[in-house]
Amino acid sequence: MERQAAYLRNALFDQGYLDEQFLQLEDLQDETNPHFVEEVVKLFYTDSVRLIQSIELTLKNTPRDFEKLDKIMHQFKGSSTSIGAKKVKKECTQFQEYCNVGNVEGCIREFQEVKQEHAALKRKLENYFQVFHVVHVACKRSSLSHLHNDYSDAK
Amino acid sequence: MDLGVKSAPYTSSNASWKSAADAVPGQFPAGLKVLVVDDDPTCLRILEEMLKKCFYEVTTCNRAEVALNFLRDHKNGCDIVISDVHMPDMDGFKLLECVGLEMDLPVIMMSMDDSKHVVMKGVTHGACDYLIKPVRIEALKNIWQHVVRKKQHELKDKDLEYSGSVEEGERQLKTYEDTDCSHSANEGNWKNSKKRKDEDEDELEDRDDTSALKKPRVVWSVELHQQFVTAVNQLGIDKAVPKKILELMNVPGLTRENVASHLQKYRLYLRRLSGVSQHHNGLGSPFMGPTDAQFGQMSSLNSVDLQALATSGHIPPHSLASIQAAALGRATSKSPMPLPLVDQRNVFNFENPKLRFPEGQNESSSKHVNLLHGILTNMDSKQLTSLHQSALGNMNMHMHSQTSQSSSLMMQMAQLRPQSRPQNLNDINGSRNGIEVISRPQYTSHPKPSTSTDSSSQGMEFSGNNTFLLPSNSGMSGAEMKGSRAFLPNYDVLNNLNQSRNQEWRMQNAGLSFALPQHSSIQRGLDVSSSLGESRILSVNKATLPIVEGRGNTPNVSQHLNFPAFDKSLRSKAERLPGMGFQNGLLHERFGQEDLMSALLKQQQEGMVAPVETEFGYDGYQLDNLPV
Repeated sequence: MERQAAYLRNALFDQGYLDEQFLQLEDLQDETNPHFVEEVVKLFYTDSVRLIQSIELTLKNTPRDFEKLDKIMHQFKGSSTSIGAKKVKKECTQFQEYCNVGNVEGCIREFQEVKQEHAALKRKLENYFQVFHVVHVACKRSSLSHLHNDYSDAK
Repeated sequence: MDLGVKSAPYTSSNASWKSAADAVPGQFPAGLKVLVVDDDPTCLRILEEMLKKCFYEVTTCNRAEVALNFLRDHKNGCDIVISDVHMPDMDGFKLLECVGLEMDLPVIMMSMDDSKHVVMKGVTHGACDYLIKPVRIEALKNIWQHVVRKKQHELKDKDLEYSGSVEEGERQLKTYEDTDCSHSANEGNWKNSKKRKDEDEDELEDRDDTSALKKPRVVWSVELHQQFVTAVNQLGIDKAVPKKILELMNVPGLTRENVASHLQKYRLYLRRLSGVSQHHNGLGSPFMGPTDAQFGQMSSLNSVDLQALATSGHIPPHSLASIQAAALGRATSKSPMPLPLVDQRNVFNFENPKLRFPEGQNESSSKHVNLLHGILTNMDSKQLTSLHQSALGNMNMHMHSQTSQSSSLMMQMAQLRPQSRPQNLNDINGSRNGIEVISRPQYTSHPKPSTSTDSSSQGMEFSGNNTFLLPSNSGMSGAEMKGSRAFLPNYDVLNNLNQSRNQEWRMQNAGLSFALPQHSSIQRGLDVSSSLGESRILSVNKATLPIVEGRGNTPNVSQHLNFPAFDKSLRSKAERLPGMGFQNGLLHERFGQEDLMSALLKQQQEGMVAPVETEFGYDGYQLDNLPV
């Protein structure tokens, strides 16, 4: 299980889904804060829904409002960057490029890419956290049982 | 005294931080209180965690308005602010300005945007740092340096101001003989409430060492400011960029950074002006647009006032008004922008306190604001209050009418202050002229400005005058010094400022000592300074010794050294210090810093001019130094 967790995690990096910013998050995680990374990721996904909806609405109603689109995307990109969502960030940048040149079609298309990457990363991270949980709990149990054994041995 | 009472909360808060650091020496700067403002909850959470890992005390906020309210309600609740640039409810730069003006806290900007113009905007708005997102914890580990640096600058500025006007200080000494002890107490309180970390002593010492290494502050004299304004007008306020302004000004030794920070203050000043009642709108200064005109007016008024003061030595309220009018009318001619915003602010600060003192009531914040408003707005209300307080305290009742007038003006100004937006504070703070005093609104007494000056416009004008007086003082330091009482107020203000800087009323002591012509104790200036606690006095004492800038073990020393230099009306930073020192000395006078006083007196004797004069000149000087 532990190996699986490690494998999943490394894959995320190798495949370019995550960058070193994710490492920063992991560094902040410790015994006192064992699920910090997951907490932050959850926060991101909750908040980003709002931003995605906002962009969709704008693309639907006023697709030429590039300034607004860029502004929302800037926020979204900022969030994505802060958790190290590498691929998502890349698509966001691309989207902003289309905004800059005023390419509505490009924006709409690119936004689909953004959403796809966003969803893909979410699945992978959820998967990873599931395994991580199991491992984490198992570790705790084992350490506890270890103590228990020691205790009973001492008796 | 109030000092004790009022300073308690502040010092304790500072002390707590300090003690926290001391308690866990290896973990300094643990306990640093950081406020993070970011509308992105993900980023906010991450930053919070990172800062906690650095052992800082974190407060998070996702709305700028909430953040501002928090800062306003918890004066000492925060040491440094980190804010995102792009926020939906308020622009990050605007928050930056507000915080700088109102609370004079270091602010760090953050953004994913690393384009030069945005970073530049951060710089010009006074951010002490700019972080590119995603922020790494390493970048956050060092933010404490900005807190320390700012404190040091404030202290240094204060010293500079005090020591800058040696001549003034000398003159002031005489006038300050009767400085009000209570006033200094107020100042002290004010200083304390200033939210400065009370590491003055440490800082002073550090400062002392470092100040010698620091390059001299630019003194925005009236002439210099005038050149600046001219350049800005030529370019157009919107297009005026520091580089071009610098080129147009063509002042050797002036750096683009100097211009940039000054421009920022100026812009804020103008902004304030535009919101100010336009008493003098009619006066159309050719300098600039309406806002500018106001500014110009003020300046002109100031200059006029100054001149008036200079000439008459007394500026009765009504005369002041007339002066102002004249000044306004002569906006073009007069011109010297009395002081750069910063200076003006300083002036206000000083003046207000001074005015108040004699007047006794300056509370009405009614709009004196005309010009003052603009200026005052720059000043943080706190500062004004502090000025007032200091003015009150400092103002020697003995000062003759002029000073009292200036006091009244000052008071008016102080009054104005409440109205003015604290933006100036930002500038002021930024400039660190040592107007820290201003930032702490602890005016215990707000003498009303002289009735004559009370007239609404008068208020403004007077304030303006006051400020102008000050600026002009600086500009005229040589000439005006001789008899401008206004100096005294300035001096007081400066003293106040210094005091606030020091957060201790050491300066007061020094001032007192100065007031007393006790030459015998000159040498004991050192003792006095020690009494100050901040070693400002020490510097003063040292000042009596060969002027050695930056010499001195105490931070003040370097500044005080300037005293002698100041006597020579050096405008350099070093000069400022002495001036400040003197001022402090004057203030201290009240407080009994005999040594300083004696030192100052001694200096005065050596080359001095009437204390008032020095004050005047000094004030002008000080104004320069005052961080607007």
